[in-house]
Amino acid sequence: MSKHKGPRPTGFDTLALHAGQAPDAATGARAVPIYQSASFVFPDSDFAAGLFNIERAGHVYSRLSNPTNAVLEERIAALDGGVGAIATASGQAAMHLAVATICSAGDHILSSRSLYGGTHNLLEYTLPRFGIETTFVDPRDPDAFAAAVRPNTRLLFGEILGNPGLEVLDVPAVAEVAHAKGLPLLVDATFTTPYLCRPIDLGADLVMHSATKFLSGHGVVIGGLLVDGGRFDWASGPHPTINEPYAGFHDLVFGEEFGPAAFITRARKEGIRDFGACMAPMTAFQILQGLETLPLRMARHVANAQQVAEFLADHPAVASVGYPGLADHPDHELAKRLLPKGAGAVFSFTIKGDREAGKALIEALNIFSHLANVGDAKSLVIHPASTTHHRMDAAALAAAGIGEGLIRLSIGLEDAHDLIGDLARALNRVKRMLGA
Amino acid sequence: MDGENVFASTGTGVHETGRAAVVFIHGAGMDHSVWVMPARHFARNRLNVLAPDLPGHGRSEGRMLTSIPDMAAWVVRAMDAVGLDRAAVVGHSMGALVAYALAARHPDRCRALALFGPSAPMPVTDALLNAAADDDHAAIDMANSWSHSPQARLGANQNPGLWMLGGGERLLETAAPGVFHADLNACNGFDPDADTGPVRCPALVVVGEADQMTPARAGIAVSERLAQARVLRLAGCGHAMLSEQPNAVLDALISIVP
Repeated sequence: MSKHKGPRPTGFDTLALHAGQAPDAATGARAVPIYQSASFVFPDSDFAAGLFNIERAGHVYSRLSNPTNAVLEERIAALDGGVGAIATASGQAAMHLAVATICSAGDHILSSRSLYGGTHNLLEYTLPRFGIETTFVDPRDPDAFAAAVRPNTRLLFGEILGNPGLEVLDVPAVAEVAHAKGLPLLVDATFTTPYLCRPIDLGADLVMHSATKFLSGHGVVIGGLLVDGGRFDWASGPHPTINEPYAGFHDLVFGEEFGPAAFITRARKEGIRDFGACMAPMTAFQILQGLETLPLRMARHVANAQQVAEFLADHPAVASVGYPGLADHPDHELAKRLLPKGAGAVFSFTIKGDREAGKALIEALNIFSHLANVGDAKSLVIHPASTTHHRMDAAALAAAGIGEGLIRLSIGLEDAHDLIGDLARALNRVKRMLGA
Repeated sequence: MDGENVFASTGTGVHETGRAAVVFIHGAGMDHSVWVMPARHFARNRLNVLAPDLPGHGRSEGRMLTSIPDMAAWVVRAMDAVGLDRAAVVGHSMGALVAYALAARHPDRCRALALFGPSAPMPVTDALLNAAADDDHAAIDMANSWSHSPQARLGANQNPGLWMLGGGERLLETAAPGVFHADLNACNGFDPDADTGPVRCPALVVVGEADQMTPARAGIAVSERLAQARVLRLAGCGHAMLSEQPNAVLDALISIVP
């Protein structure tokens, strides 16, 4: 315990409402205005030149930055404990921006193998076309990360809660492995949001979110966010995009000139500029509306999820429940340490029976919506074996860690007893079907 | 210098003989990166820019210096090392004291002076000094919080997407053990009356009206020590004026540096 006491920092809930925004200087608007403008007028030619040369602060063109987006970017950086952020067109775009800012053809990524399918597609199938390879390792084994590092490895990656088994990434341990090799660790914190976990505080260097999920919280937008923790020592390893002159910006060396903001500045000045996967300002506004209530919503999400998981774990028609909030989950103790406010609100369970039982359960639910998304205020459900993975036979599903009876739930903000009642009725119908 | 590697930014410009020069001096526990935007401006406008990391700071090797006059003497030697005879000298906070001491002791090397957030003397509270002496993160928390205006503590950065409190915290975290305390101690021990040489060059003193670290009135008092000083007051601005109001800072510099 320190004998010194610093000033009390602004609280998380206050930042969720205020960070990044001052009341609009022109109109006094309290809500964040939607700057639906592609570009912004320059006061004079020299000011314009200064904006392009990173001498002046301001906005040029909404692919590069936008005042509404900037509020969202600052807010998530504040909530995640970073130095800055960039809003992107989707979570996939945030992931790609991180990779493209660090990696070039011939480089290698080391990733957890428990991933969202879209991310797996990017790493396994698409990036190799551009000369970037990925090795996948067990997220529960930090030593596996250490053993798989190659001379051309540039980035370590994992989801704080893996897909579909909700493996909890031991961020401090994997970060230690990464930093010992002079490599940054990028963490996908979509399932937790900064309310449940701030990976930067645990040692991660970069954080990405699909803001489509809990951050916006209402299933109305597609968006992503990439946050720079600002603590990684880029000079500690071979990171030419940060440490070497960039011809695309008159030989600027981002690592020399921008201190803790080197990565996020490079990402904006190159990645957003050239790949262009920017967020629309209307989308930023809607995500900001969600962020205002993030602390309230997440608390309810995880409280509901815990109750539903406990109900399912005791149900005779359920074979297993994979939720780190339950004592029998392999990562329960790690979850208690890293996610003390709760282990998220997305989890899977397996019902007894085959693929048909899974389909029958889905079709018997009334409150849960059958769709391919998570993190909505409304509860959601999907049966991978009959939807996202329907082309796989039982053996292929098993290899992917997906049983034929696996059901994924995203627990919303409804009354917990209604969710449990909906599941109880549907499970009983399946039970009767199996009995018949 | 002295067998140690010294890092200095040129604003990504290349020095050429005969050009006017500008030297930027950073504050306590910081480095050259706080000056990146004005450094790039003056480099683009064909000035020779020198924004060094003081010894033991940022990317510079060497033992940290323990007094403001020693830092001023070191900056003069850094100017010698790259062939700058005279320069506009610009400093922020501790760097403003260094710039002031340089102008007072080496008037032939300083053609213009710009002081951002100065105070002379520059007393530092015991709470901050003691925490810094223990390399306790509370020192960073104090300095970072007190350096930002109430609005800046909530953000709304003119630079899109950058969270000022996070950037300030991380920059101070990069300081090697003992550096921040040595700098604060140097500020605390600075005796303005020891630098009796009159500062006659054109000078600009920039104060933040919401500056808790070096209140505006302290900066105005510094201006009264200078023979030809203008004062610019930045409304609503805290001590971290380089990040809080970067455009106003650059406008101020354009009015004095060339």
